[in-house]
Amino acid sequence: MTESILKVEQVSLAFGGVKALTDVSFDVKKGSVFSIIGPNGAGKTSMLNCISGRYQPNEGNVIFQGNNVTNLDPNDRADLGMGRTFQNLALFGHLSVLDNIMVGRHHLLKNNWLTGPLYWASGAQKEELEHRRIVEEVIDFLEISHIRKAVAGTLSYGLRKRVELARAMALNPKLILLDEPMAGMNLEEKEDMARYILDLNEEFDITVMMIEHDMGVVMDISHEVMVLDFGKKLISGLPDEVMADPHVKRAYLGIEDDLEEAS
Amino acid sequence: MNFELLTQLIVNGLIVGLLYGVIGMCFVLVYKSTKIVNFAQGEFLLIGAWVCWTALVYLELPFLLGFVLSLCFMAAFGILLQMVVLRPMIGEPIISVIMITIGLSIFFQSLMKWIFGVSPQSYPQVFDTQNINILGLNIEMAYLMSTVIAIIIMGAFYFFFKHSKHGLAMRATAFDQQVAQSLGISVKNVFAMSWAIAATVSATAGIVLGMVNGVSDSLSIMGIKVFPAVILGGLDSIVGAIAGGVIIGVLENVAEFVDSQYLHVGNMYDIAPFYVLLIILWFKPYGLFGTKDIERI
Repeated sequence: MTESILKVEQVSLAFGGVKALTDVSFDVKKGSVFSIIGPNGAGKTSMLNCISGRYQPNEGNVIFQGNNVTNLDPNDRADLGMGRTFQNLALFGHLSVLDNIMVGRHHLLKNNWLTGPLYWASGAQKEELEHRRIVEEVIDFLEISHIRKAVAGTLSYGLRKRVELARAMALNPKLILLDEPMAGMNLEEKEDMARYILDLNEEFDITVMMIEHDMGVVMDISHEVMVLDFGKKLISGLPDEVMADPHVKRAYLGIEDDLEEAS
Repeated sequence: MNFELLTQLIVNGLIVGLLYGVIGMCFVLVYKSTKIVNFAQGEFLLIGAWVCWTALVYLELPFLLGFVLSLCFMAAFGILLQMVVLRPMIGEPIISVIMITIGLSIFFQSLMKWIFGVSPQSYPQVFDTQNINILGLNIEMAYLMSTVIAIIIMGAFYFFFKHSKHGLAMRATAFDQQVAQSLGISVKNVFAMSWAIAATVSATAGIVLGMVNGVSDSLSIMGIKVFPAVILGGLDSIVGAIAGGVIIGVLENVAEFVDSQYLHVGNMYDIAPFYVLLIILWFKPYGLFGTKDIERI
């Protein structure tokens, strides 16, 4: 757990005059669960978008597995092994759960525009079956086999979040970026999701980087926590250290009482 | 009532309608994946037909070779057009992009007039027999070929979208570009590919129509004629485009029949589809197969 899979070096991002991120640097260790917390508007999702390639930072570098990916398109980063989920659900609503997850295998498909239409003759069918098998593994793992034929748009919120996670996992990512995986879930769903995140981290050896507001979950499952506030990094470290930091309490948890004494 | 004429016209309508459907499919394809309403669709037909004509008449290539060469040219043309003209417009207001396609339409129409002149030209004889008789109906050989080609294209579209990697990428992009990118799909390539397909398939239709009526400016009018077909089917439905195309094709010809036999107004052939379009949109504002929440211009 010492080698870092993702290095963010002095990233700054501005939208016109609004500075979303200022000089943020951190390392995500291979095989860890890394969480970003911070109040609304702190730049957490902006940070995630800089990493996934949705935004290009104005300054600084993003190094993924030793490659500088700062100027790559999001799809190229996905090819390198970066999966992500979105804060607001982004499933293909009219497709079945199975098909949704199959789209995640897209970048691994080898058949092209010529061999694809010759479905039976060119081996495209065989290839599809092979990918189906891997998708079934993911489906089993996330325990969504009972809904695999259901149309994604008809599922409950918690299940949709799980399908979205499955789709990101189908990419065979090395690093998975989760934007509020537990937002809007009830306690039971949150517990399930926390368990899946831990399991995929351990069993599938996927490094997890997530944004989450539920402090209980964050503290329980994270190996490292970083706090952002107004686009600046306040602190990063072990969950307990971060919780104990007076600046964090002031910025995020809203406790001001013992600030004077502590600092 | 003249049944023989009516049947003949309906069959003609079906054949032309399938061709409308094919052109409409290209229109929908571009709209779905890139959200651009392509007013230069008709010019693709025109350019394709002229390129093929040049290959056949000036280079004196055999028909099949000239045909395939024109399609290759159009694929490259579509990709180039997307890369040079339309890629810089990604993220710009949709109305600006539409203005650009209107501009392209005017530009290419004039360019073709400049290069090839204004008088219609006909293709060299491709088939030995011009007309064949099926079940007592007189059908032009080129139309028969167009029907076969249209059906092949539709089948190919189906398999392409259902079973190929790129088809899947296109469907994902049509749904949500951001999500598609996060799954490793290059949106730029998808855009280029949809323009290439639209240009190639439209050119096929243009060549077929050129074989029947000769190549002239009027081919580009097909781009406008397909409009009611596409809107009727719902702007974002490929099945809808085919259905809309066939309906409009048959309708035109039935209107022609009614007009020539009873009304004697003249020009019903051109006008009727738009009347019916108005009436249908009255009851189904999103077209027959369209998604309810899409934005219209």
